[in-house]
Amino acid sequence: MSASSAFNEEKGGSSSVGEPEYGHDPASGGIFSSDYKRHDDLKEMLDSNKDSLKLEAMKRIVAMIARGKNASDLFPAVVKNVACKNIEVKKLVYVYLVRYAEEQQDLALLSISTFQRGLKDPNQLIRASALRVLSSIRVTIIVPIMMLAIKEAASDMSPYVRKTAAHAIPKLYSLDPEQKDQLIEVIEKLLADKTTLVAGSVVMAFEEVCPERIDLIHKNYRKLCNLLIDVEEWGQVVIINMLTRYARTQFLNPNMNGSDKTFYGSDEDEDEEEEEKEKKAEAPMAKRKPYVMDPDHRLLLRNTKPLLQSRNAAVVMAVAQLYFHLAPKVEVGVIAKALVRLLRSHSEVQYVVLQNVATMSIKRRGMFEPYLKSFYIRSTDPTQIKVLKLEVLTNLANETNISTILREFQTYIKSMDKDFVAATIQAIGRCATNIGEVRDTCLNGLVQLLSNRDELVVAESVVVIKKLLQMQPEKHSDIIKHMAKLTDNIQVPMARASILWLIGEYCEHVPKIAPDVLRKMAKSFTNEEDIVKLQIINLAAKLYLTNSKQTKLLTQYVLNLAKYDQNYDIRDRARFIRQLIVPTEKSGALSKYAKKLFLALKPAPVLESPFKDRDHFQLGSLSHLLNAKAGGYQELPDWPEAAPDPSVRNVEVKDSVRAVGTVTCRDRERWKGARVCSRTRANPPQERKHQRKSDQQKSDSESESDEESDSESSQSESDDSDSEADDPVCNNRKHKCIDSSLVLCLQNISPCSALKSYELLHRIRGEGLSVEYCFSRQPFSPDGNMVAVQMQFTNNATSEAKNLHMEDVKLQSGMRVKEFPEIELLPAGETATAVMGIDFCDSTQAANFQLCTHTRKFFVSIQPPVGELMRPVFLTENEFKKEQGELISVTCRPPTPFLSDSRFNSIRFILFCIAQNRKLQICLRGLYSLYTYDILGPETHHRHRKNSPKNEKTLPRGKKGKKP
Amino acid sequence: MIHSLFLINHSGDIFLEKHWKSVISRSVCDYFFEAKEKAAEPENVAPVLQTPHHYLITIYRGKLFFLSVVQTEAPPLFVIEFLHRVADIFQDYFGECSESVIKDNVVTVYELLEEMLDNGFPLATESNVLKEMIRPPTILRSVVNTLTGTWSNVGDTLPTGQLSNIPWRRAGVKYTNNEAYFDVIEEIDAIVDKSGTTVCAEIQGVIEACVRLTGMPDLTLSFMNPRLLDDVSFHPCVRFKRWESERALSFIPPDGNFTLMNYHVSSQNLVALPVYVKQSISFFDSGPCGRLDITVGPKQTMGKTVEALMVTIHMPKAVLSANLTATQGSYTYDLATKVLVWDIGKLNPQKLPNLKGSLSLQAGAPKPEDNPSLNIDLKIQQMAISGLKVSRLEMFGEKYKPFKGVKYLTKAGKFQVRT
Repeated sequence: MSASSAFNEEKGGSSSVGEPEYGHDPASGGIFSSDYKRHDDLKEMLDSNKDSLKLEAMKRIVAMIARGKNASDLFPAVVKNVACKNIEVKKLVYVYLVRYAEEQQDLALLSISTFQRGLKDPNQLIRASALRVLSSIRVTIIVPIMMLAIKEAASDMSPYVRKTAAHAIPKLYSLDPEQKDQLIEVIEKLLADKTTLVAGSVVMAFEEVCPERIDLIHKNYRKLCNLLIDVEEWGQVVIINMLTRYARTQFLNPNMNGSDKTFYGSDEDEDEEEEEKEKKAEAPMAKRKPYVMDPDHRLLLRNTKPLLQSRNAAVVMAVAQLYFHLAPKVEVGVIAKALVRLLRSHSEVQYVVLQNVATMSIKRRGMFEPYLKSFYIRSTDPTQIKVLKLEVLTNLANETNISTILREFQTYIKSMDKDFVAATIQAIGRCATNIGEVRDTCLNGLVQLLSNRDELVVAESVVVIKKLLQMQPEKHSDIIKHMAKLTDNIQVPMARASILWLIGEYCEHVPKIAPDVLRKMAKSFTNEEDIVKLQIINLAAKLYLTNSKQTKLLTQYVLNLAKYDQNYDIRDRARFIRQLIVPTEKSGALSKYAKKLFLALKPAPVLESPFKDRDHFQLGSLSHLLNAKAGGYQELPDWPEAAPDPSVRNVEVKDSVRAVGTVTCRDRERWKGARVCSRTRANPPQERKHQRKSDQQKSDSESESDEESDSESSQSESDDSDSEADDPVCNNRKHKCIDSSLVLCLQNISPCSALKSYELLHRIRGEGLSVEYCFSRQPFSPDGNMVAVQMQFTNNATSEAKNLHMEDVKLQSGMRVKEFPEIELLPAGETATAVMGIDFCDSTQAANFQLCTHTRKFFVSIQPPVGELMRPVFLTENEFKKEQGELISVTCRPPTPFLSDSRFNSIRFILFCIAQNRKLQICLRGLYSLYTYDILGPETHHRHRKNSPKNEKTLPRGKKGKKP
Repeated sequence: MIHSLFLINHSGDIFLEKHWKSVISRSVCDYFFEAKEKAAEPENVAPVLQTPHHYLITIYRGKLFFLSVVQTEAPPLFVIEFLHRVADIFQDYFGECSESVIKDNVVTVYELLEEMLDNGFPLATESNVLKEMIRPPTILRSVVNTLTGTWSNVGDTLPTGQLSNIPWRRAGVKYTNNEAYFDVIEEIDAIVDKSGTTVCAEIQGVIEACVRLTGMPDLTLSFMNPRLLDDVSFHPCVRFKRWESERALSFIPPDGNFTLMNYHVSSQNLVALPVYVKQSISFFDSGPCGRLDITVGPKQTMGKTVEALMVTIHMPKAVLSANLTATQGSYTYDLATKVLVWDIGKLNPQKLPNLKGSLSLQAGAPKPEDNPSLNIDLKIQQMAISGLKVSRLEMFGEKYKPFKGVKYLTKAGKFQVRT
C-alpha cells in the first residue's frame, strides 16, 4: 500500500500542475469541474482490484485520447496498471503510455522494468509488443536500454520479434541520431535475415537511418530480389523503391548505346514517324552494341514484373517507376496496361497515377497511345482528374490521332465546369503549337469561342490565341482586329493584357485601330489591374515609336499617370520608358536603339507541359507529385559511366539464391498435389546447402515436415529438390502449428540421422580453398569433454596452399578449443582432413577463429546444433522414472541469464517433447532450471510426439557419466 | 512514414485523432480546411497538400475524410492505399464506415489503428490477422460483456497468419456447411456521343468470392474462355505462375468474403452495349424554358431482362424545375443539387419507357450552352456481358465435398451518354 500512497501523492502533485482540458475543445471549457470529477472516478476505477472496472476506465480514457482531449493528469494512475494481467487492459495502457510518456518522462520510467521483463517472455507476441512500446515511448533516458533491447530482439528466434526490432530502429534513430553507427550494425544483421516478414521492415529502417550506405545492400541484393514476391505488399513498395536507387548506382544504362539520343532528346513535338524510324533503327543496333545487361539487373526486372498484377496500387506504381527508370526502352511498355488499370480505382489513386502517367507520356508517348480512350473524360470526374486526363491526352496527341482528340476537346468545351473548359482551351493551344497541321483549325475554333458568353472562356481563349498568333501574325490581322474590339467587353486582366500586348506588337497590321485602343485605355488607366497597366505603358511606348504623330500626347498622358501610380513597378517602368523613348539632352545613346529594343522580333512561345522534366524526381514519390523536393527524399542518381564491380554482389554460393527463374512461394506449389511442377530449380545442390545453413543458424523459422527432415541427408541431392525443403520461409505449412525449431532440434538429436557436413569456408571467399566440417560423433581422445569436429580442406585453386593453421580463437567464457595440427602443404586439387576438438560448454555459442594460410587469413566460426552436443543413452523405464522424479522436484524458475533468449527457446522445445514422450530424459549439466520450467509449464505441441526418438536418452556428448 | 491520422466528418469536425510518432497538433488540419473551402465538391480537394512542415494526404470515403500527416518523403500511393485499407477494415469490422459507427466503437478503432501501423509503417493489414488479435464486435459478445465484463476483445497469442506465408488465412477454420460461392460481376464503362455512336466502351470485371471452407483447402478455378481477359490483378493468394502457364486461378482462399481478381476485357473485342438511349434536350432562346425527351430501349441483351434501369442527369444550374411525364417508373428532380433521377426499373422491350416534358429555367438567366450528359445505371442478372464463363472449381487438400456456385451479373459502370 505504501507504493500506492506514493502514487497518490504524485498524482495529486501532477494534476495540480498539469493543465487540464485546454485548447482542444473549447466547448468543454465550461465544465472543467465536472471533468475533474469524472477523472476522479476514473482514478478510483483504475485503482480498484477488478479488471472489469479497470478495463472500463481505460476504455473511457482511450476514447478521450481519440477525441483529442487531454488525459495526461491520469498518468500516474494508469502507469500502475502496466503490469496488469488482463491483456486488454494492458494493451490500452500501452496505448496511453505511447501517447503521454513523452510528456511525463519521469513517471514513464516506472513502466520500463515491466517492458524489460516482457522482453524475456516466452510468448513472442508479448516480447514483440514490449519492444514496440519500449521503443515508442520516446524517453531519451532509456536510449541505452532500447539499444540493448533492439540488439537482443534482432537475434530473436521469432521473425515477428525481429520484425518489431526492425521497426524500432528508426524510432531510436529519431530519438537519438548519435546511435547511428550501432544501429547500422543491427540493420546490417537484419538485412541478412532470410525471412520475408523481416525484409520489408528492415529495408524501411535502412531507408530512414542510412540510405546512403548502399554498400550494405550488395550482399543482400539477390536475396531481396528473390524474396520480393513473398514479402507483404507494403514491404514490397519500400524494397522496390530502394532497389531502383541501388540499380541506378550499380548497373549501366540499358538505353545508353544507340538510343541515347531518343532517350534524352525526345520531346513532345517529336514526330511520331521519326520515333518509329528510330525504333526500327534501334533493333539492329541492339544486336551489335556491346552493352550486355548485368544478370542482376535482369533479375530485378524479371522478379518485379509479376507484381504489376498486384491488387495494391502502391506496388503497381512502384514496379512501374522501376521499369520506367531502369528498363530498356523496348520493355517499358508492359507497365502501361497496369497503370491504366489503376485508373479504375479510387479517385485519389487516379490522381496520383495520372500525375505519373503525365510525366511518363512526355518521354514515352508510344507507350500509352493504345490506351488513348481510357483517358477520355467523363462529366462526373472531379475537376482535378479531368485536368490531369487532359494533360495526358495533350501529351499523347500526334498527327494521326489529333482529329479524334480535337473532337473530344470540342465536347469538353461545352462542359459546365468552367475551370475544366479553361484547361481544355490551354490544351487546344498546346496541340496547335505542337502539331502544325491543325494550327489553323484550332485557331478558328478558338476565335469562335471569343463570342462565348462565359467571360472566363473568352479570356482563356484570348490568352491562347495570343500565343498562337505570335507564330504567324501577318496572316491573322483580322483576328487581331476582332480582339481589339473585345477590350470593350472583357474584364479579365490577363486577357486584357494579352490583347494590349498583341496590338502593340503588331501595330503595323492594325495602324488605325491601335491608337484608338490606346485612347480608350488611357481613359480607364487608373482603374486597371497592374498587369494591364504595364501593358498599356508598353503599348504606348510601341505606338510612340511607330506612330508618334498621333500618339505623342496620349503616351505622355499615360506616362504621367503612371508616374504617380501606387505600384512602384509601374512607376519604375514609366520612368525607364520615358528615358528610353523621349529624346532629351541627357538621354544617351540608348534612345537611338529604342525601336530595336521594343520592336525586335520575338520568338514564339513554346507551350510546354508542366510535367516536362519532372522525371528527374523518382516517379511515384511525393517529391514528384509536388514537383519539389520533400524532406528525406533520396535523389535518384544518374547511371554510372562504367559499371562498378559486379562481384560485390557475389555471396557464398550457399547463400545465393541464384539468378535462375523466378520461383516464388506462391508458385512453388508446396501445397499438396502439385509438387511435380516445382522441380524446375536449376541448382538444387546450392539450394540445399542454403537450407542447411539456415538449419544451422536456427534463426529462421523454417518448417520441414518430419519425414523430410529425418531422411533429409540420406536422400540423394538431386532428389530432394522438393520445393518444400528449399523454401526458406515457409513456416506453418499445412497450418499445423509446427514449431520449426522443435523439429530442427529433434532432427539433430536423432542419432539415426546421418552425419551432416557444414561449410566453414566457401571456395569463392577462400580464394580457392574450401573447408567443410562435420561433427564426427566420435569421442575426442585428447579431451573427453570436447566434441570432435572433423574438417576437410579442399584446395580448388591452381596454386598450392601452405601452412594451414588456426589463430586468434575467440570463445565465450568456459569454452575451450584443441587446435588441429598444422597442415604444411595442400597441393592444388588435393584434399586433406584434420580433427579439432571444441568444448562448447553445453552452449550453442559459436567458436570463432581465424583460419590462416601462408598468404591469407579468413574469419570463420563453428556453431554446433544442439543435437551434436548430446549423445544417446539407453535407459529402462524405471531408471527413467527415477530420473524424471528428480527433475520435477526442482522448482520452476525463469531462465538462467547466461543463455540468450533464442537458445533458451530451442532447448525448451526439445525438453518439452521429451516430457510428452515419457520415455526420455535429457541431462544437461547446469541446465536443470530450464527443464523443470518446461516440464511443468503447459504447452500445446502434442502433435509432435511421434517425432521424438524412442527409448533413448541423450547426454551431452563428451560428458559421459557425469550425472546430476 | 505516416505520422498521424485525423478523421474528419463532412462538416469539418475532427472526431478522431491518432498519432504514431510524437503528437502533431490538430491545427495542421487548417490547411486542409482552407483547401476544402475553396473546392466546391469534397471530391475536388487535392489528395496531397503541402504545408510548411508537413504533407497532408487525404482520402474521401463514405462522407468522411481520412487525413494523414506525413513529414518526410513517402510514396503518396502507399499512404492512399493504406488509408483505403483502413476504411475497408472498418467496413469489414463494423459493417459500415461512418462517423457514428466509428464513434460507437472508438476503442476498437483505436486498437485496430494501433495494430495496423507501427511507427508509421504498416504492421498488419490483413483482416483475418487483425480479427484474431482484436475481435470484431458481435451482438452476443456485447451482451456478455455488459453482463460480466470479462470477455476480452484482444487475443493474447500471435495470430498464426502473421508468421505464415499465407497471412490471409487463419489456421483451424471449421464449418459445418462448407461452401464456396463466386460472383462474376462485370461493369460496362462507356461513353456514347450525341448521335448514338460509341466513343469508347470497355468492360471491367471482378470476381468476388465468399468461401467458407474447413481446414486448408486449395482451390483451382478455371475458365472456359480465359483468352478474353486482357489485364488482371489478383488477390495475393493467387499463384501467378499457374496463371501464366495454365490460365487457371489456383489459390488457398482467405476465409470469408474477398475479391479474388479484377480483370479488364480488352477493348479490341467490340463491346455490345445492352441498351440504347434516344434523347433530345434543348433549351429555347425565346422564353425561359426547355424540352426534354428521353427513350431507352434494349440493344443486345442476349434474351435477358435489363433491371434496375436508372437515368441520372446533372442539369445546368439555370434549370429551376422539371415538369415531365414518365411512361414507366418515376422521376425526381432535386432542386438543390440540380440532379434529375429517372428510376425506370425493369426494361420492357415491347413498351419502351419514355420521359418527356418541359424544363423551366431561371428567368433572366442566359440559355445554358452546355447540354447535360446522361448517366445510365442498369443490372442484368445471370449474364456476363463479356461472355466469360467459369468452367469449374476443383478443390484439393481436403476431403469433404463443398457446395459450389457461380453467379454472373452485369452492371453499368461509368456509362455516360453525351447530349
